Amino acid sequence: MSGAALSLPRLPRIAVLGAGHVGPVIARVAVDAGYQVTIAASGDPERIALIVGVLAPGAEPRWSAHAVDDADVVVLAIPIHKFAAFEPESVAGKLVVDAMNYWPPVDGVQELFDDPRHGSSEIVQRRLDRSTVVKTLNHIGYHELEDERRPVGSPERRALGVASDDPDALDVVGEFIERAGYDTVRLNSLSAGRLLEPGGPVFGVALPRPEFELALRAEAA
Amino acid sequence: MTTTFGLDTFGDRNNDENDRPVSHAQTIRNLVEHGVLADKVGVDFFGIGEHHTDDFPLSAADVVLAAIAARTTRIRVGSAVTVLSSDDPVRVFQRYSTLNAISGGRAEVILGRGSSIDSFPLFGYDLADYEELFEEKTELFAELIKGGPVTWEGRTRPPLHNQDVVPHVESGPFPVWIGVGGSPQSVVRAARHGFSLMLAIIGGSPARFAPFSQLFRQALESFGRDPLPVGVHAPGHVAVTDEQARDEFWPRYLETIRRVAKTRGFAIPTDESFNYEIGPQGALYVGSPETVARKIAQNLTSLGATRFDLKYGMPGLSHEALMTNVELYGTEVIPRVRELLP
Repeated sequence: MSGAALSLPRLPRIAVLGAGHVGPVIARVAVDAGYQVTIAASGDPERIALIVGVLAPGAEPRWSAHAVDDADVVVLAIPIHKFAAFEPESVAGKLVVDAMNYWPPVDGVQELFDDPRHGSSEIVQRRLDRSTVVKTLNHIGYHELEDERRPVGSPERRALGVASDDPDALDVVGEFIERAGYDTVRLNSLSAGRLLEPGGPVFGVALPRPEFELALRAEAA
Repeated sequence: MTTTFGLDTFGDRNNDENDRPVSHAQTIRNLVEHGVLADKVGVDFFGIGEHHTDDFPLSAADVVLAAIAARTTRIRVGSAVTVLSSDDPVRVFQRYSTLNAISGGRAEVILGRGSSIDSFPLFGYDLADYEELFEEKTELFAELIKGGPVTWEGRTRPPLHNQDVVPHVESGPFPVWIGVGGSPQSVVRAARHGFSLMLAIIGGSPARFAPFSQLFRQALESFGRDPLPVGVHAPGHVAVTDEQARDEFWPRYLETIRRVAKTRGFAIPTDESFNYEIGPQGALYVGSPETVARKIAQNLTSLGATRFDLKYGMPGLSHEALMTNVELYGTEVIPRVRELLP
């Protein structure tokens, strides 16, 4: 899985699951960063062809199963209340990027996620027990993800947190974030990834790397 | 398409001259005066967005719109938005068809989730069902607006069999829009049903919505439909000078966002972020008539839009400041935008 992705002679292939607010934006940013990208909603790819053609040109709409089969990295950009019905087998062996948030005032209370002892991505990892989960892209507004990309070295370049229990997976996703136009701040466990959640110190806030790290340290202290 | 200009409100609660909140009832009576003045100064549309909170006590927009309709002759009146997911499409049709009758054909409806999520628990709906509710109910509303008996079956409301729903519209369907905040599916849905597209742009760069206009046009084409208008709904405040508009609006905006930040996940604005939002790249239309008009003209052009609705007011602003805003919008902003548009 992640180790294999690392040793690829090419950039990993990315499948984005979800064609709502978030999915097409991530797909577009990934295409621009040079990745080969497929995107799938539930059902026939024909139904999202128009959306993808306009909002994420270069990404290929596919059936979800086909998109995942050919992908090295699967981005989960579905509404969180649909996750309880998401089939874990469908992403077994894959590196899964969890871009979802559990946010009861907006999404309603979800039994699966309503556990104050664990972050939402820990719960996702527990359910996707044959995948390697990386938490990122959840704390930047989908509408900002495209606009706020900056080249390496730009003083305006914003940092994004990337959290996982698997260091190799962190490398792969960290590189994607860097290529997309953001500095990466690594958090070495999904439980540390709780700092990236709604209500946390960096959620929805644009910060360059030093300030981002400072905000995380202040909160963790 | 002729460009038209509206004012939208969420029924933002007013403060009195001593900066104390007036009653909900007084806020509503003030609102009727804003609508009547808007008609007088040449605004094309007055819209009320359904809300259910102490700050925004406007849960029965159609009743207020009827009062405005009864005292005006020209201005169009409508919802901005109707939270269709937690309402009954049959009742929404009946209420707005009644408004259409009262106003002599001046009713419009903007359907959407809006920024109000309070209606879901209030009426016993689960936010997790939002998409299915909206999809099904929009489909039913599209049947109702055609006129004639309706046969419909779904999971979110009891079926209808050859049901005559009254009052009938007098002269064809009244305008229906779908309000979209960021969902491309909603853009395609609007095109599929032949509804116009209202882009709600409340933060960040308006230019990033240009692909949505393009998606809407392409979707209309793919469904074999004629072009339909794209509109922009955006918050702001107009006063005589830039400084005055900023000084009046900023503290109210900050207070309001602070209150809703927890539940809505908004970042707390700073001086810097606010200056960006009221500047040429941001989403807020705060300033003198000239400043606001320039920004409207620029964004209508970049988005290929032919309707602009300024969401005026903010909880805590006074009735007087709002009356000035309405008047300046009608007498100075709108004529100036028309001059600036190519």
